Amino acid sequence: MTAMIEIRGVRHAYQTADGPLQVLDGLELTVDEGGFVAVVGPSGCGKSTLTRLIAGLMKPDAGEMLLHGRPVQGPRSTVGMAFQNPVLLEWRTILQNVMLPLEIVPAKTPRRQQEERARYLLSLVGLDGFEDKRPSELSGGMRQRASLCRALVHQPEVLILDEPFGALDAFTREDLWQTMHRVKENEPFTGVLITHDLRESIFLANQVVVLSGRPARTQYVLDVPATGPRDLEHLYTAEASEMLTVLRHQIEVAQGRAPAEDTATPAPPPGSAAQGMQ
Amino acid sequence: MAYVPVPVTKPRGVAMARSKAVGKALVSRSVMAPLAAIVVFVVLWELLVQANGWPDYVMASPSDLPPAYARYWDLFLVMGWQTLWRTVVGLVLAVVVGVALGMIMGFSRLMRDALYPLLVGFNAIPKATVVPIVALMFVGAHDFNTILIAFMISFFPIAVSISIGLSTLEPEYRDILRALGASQSTIFWKIALPKTLPEFFGAMKVAVTLAFIGTNLMEIVSPHGRGLGALFDSGKTNSDYPLMFAVLIALAVLGILLYYVVVALEKIFAGWAERTPT
Repeated sequence: MTAMIEIRGVRHAYQTADGPLQVLDGLELTVDEGGFVAVVGPSGCGKSTLTRLIAGLMKPDAGEMLLHGRPVQGPRSTVGMAFQNPVLLEWRTILQNVMLPLEIVPAKTPRRQQEERARYLLSLVGLDGFEDKRPSELSGGMRQRASLCRALVHQPEVLILDEPFGALDAFTREDLWQTMHRVKENEPFTGVLITHDLRESIFLANQVVVLSGRPARTQYVLDVPATGPRDLEHLYTAEASEMLTVLRHQIEVAQGRAPAEDTATPAPPPGSAAQGMQ
Repeated sequence: MAYVPVPVTKPRGVAMARSKAVGKALVSRSVMAPLAAIVVFVVLWELLVQANGWPDYVMASPSDLPPAYARYWDLFLVMGWQTLWRTVVGLVLAVVVGVALGMIMGFSRLMRDALYPLLVGFNAIPKATVVPIVALMFVGAHDFNTILIAFMISFFPIAVSISIGLSTLEPEYRDILRALGASQSTIFWKIALPKTLPEFFGAMKVAVTLAFIGTNLMEIVSPHGRGLGALFDSGKTNSDYPLMFAVLIALAVLGILLYYVVVALEKIFAGWAERTPT
């Protein structure tokens, strides 16, 4: 597998009234083509900055950001984004909302085919029959589904999800996790998921990256053995609870509430189930 | 999967017919209610004048008005038209300049800081004091002067609403399109402008009545004026009190007319913002 996203030693600071605020400091991240990486970390550690860097909305102060082996120069149409706020346009129908990116990205297919694709995506996430509704007529979970379709409609190589399920209730969220697996199965993409839900991270991603507290660097990388669609029961296995325990501990380390004792042990070779990075 | 509620008790046809009947009742209510209110108002006014036995030079009663209209009907048509077209031109000018100013202040923090105090100060000056200055500045250019005052008095709320609408646009809305490489102007036309329309029409409803005040200020003050303001002035000169009241009512009718034109435009262009009660 080749690397789709490579982030090497990225540093970034925001200029504030109190001087520069270092947000990212030596961030390392590699996402293989077709991979799905979840990024977790204490709040305010620069996770959203990371998404904006990958999307090309910002440039890092230092370090390398590579997409498909080429440095990220600016925004590119091969990226799809979805946020915690579904930001659907209230004056458009759901179908028109989903088709919005196609009005920006140079058309590859005729309009009729584009509309077919939008309808297909909507049916994939369980929104068939809602094509002509307005966003205000939909529930929060449904809006998030539509937002997901909009992020995918132009067949992006990279899908960036910035806490897309963060504002949903627990049951709707679990419902959307299943939807996410169904989408991933039918629509090949390389995904980066920002989340603060550890269960979500191991349920959806094949790799979980823990960022340290601000300024953020890569603190820990966990490989999730299971791939492809799975039941929610999967979260209640011994394997899952072991992974959650490890991640929970890493978050506490990142928050500075637990000593980082495992940093003393040498990092296991790459490819093993868990590898510490310093 | 999305849950689609299925009506259990009522067949679809009955529900449709019922909702149509409800719709009809709502329309007739929205027409009948204001008409009834007007009738009640006129009756109370008549009773008030009759009960106090006021002569028409203290306060004209509604029954004095039809003779006044009958006598000066041609004048009312000519003057009413003059007032109306100058108000509308002033208003259109206010929209053009107000939207332009609002865009400048909405997109640039610097311009917002620079222009706001100036605009607020300008708006704080009572326009009645500006009228004689303008009348002297452009002596004889009566149409121009009237339009100028109508414009000056009504552009402020439009500029403020547009600038607030644009500057409070959530960054995610921009990012959705910017991440795909959309230009600033594309973002403006596709997202920022439509999203600001509800605020814009709110400001327009204020601006319409303000523009009428501006037009009439100039018409009343400038000698040999035209329009309903001048008709009011001649009523005053000739102690024709029923005529003065008739002018006031005519102005109110024009104001209502223009207001509902704005409401109709709002329904067409920003009808999506109105939530149907459920």
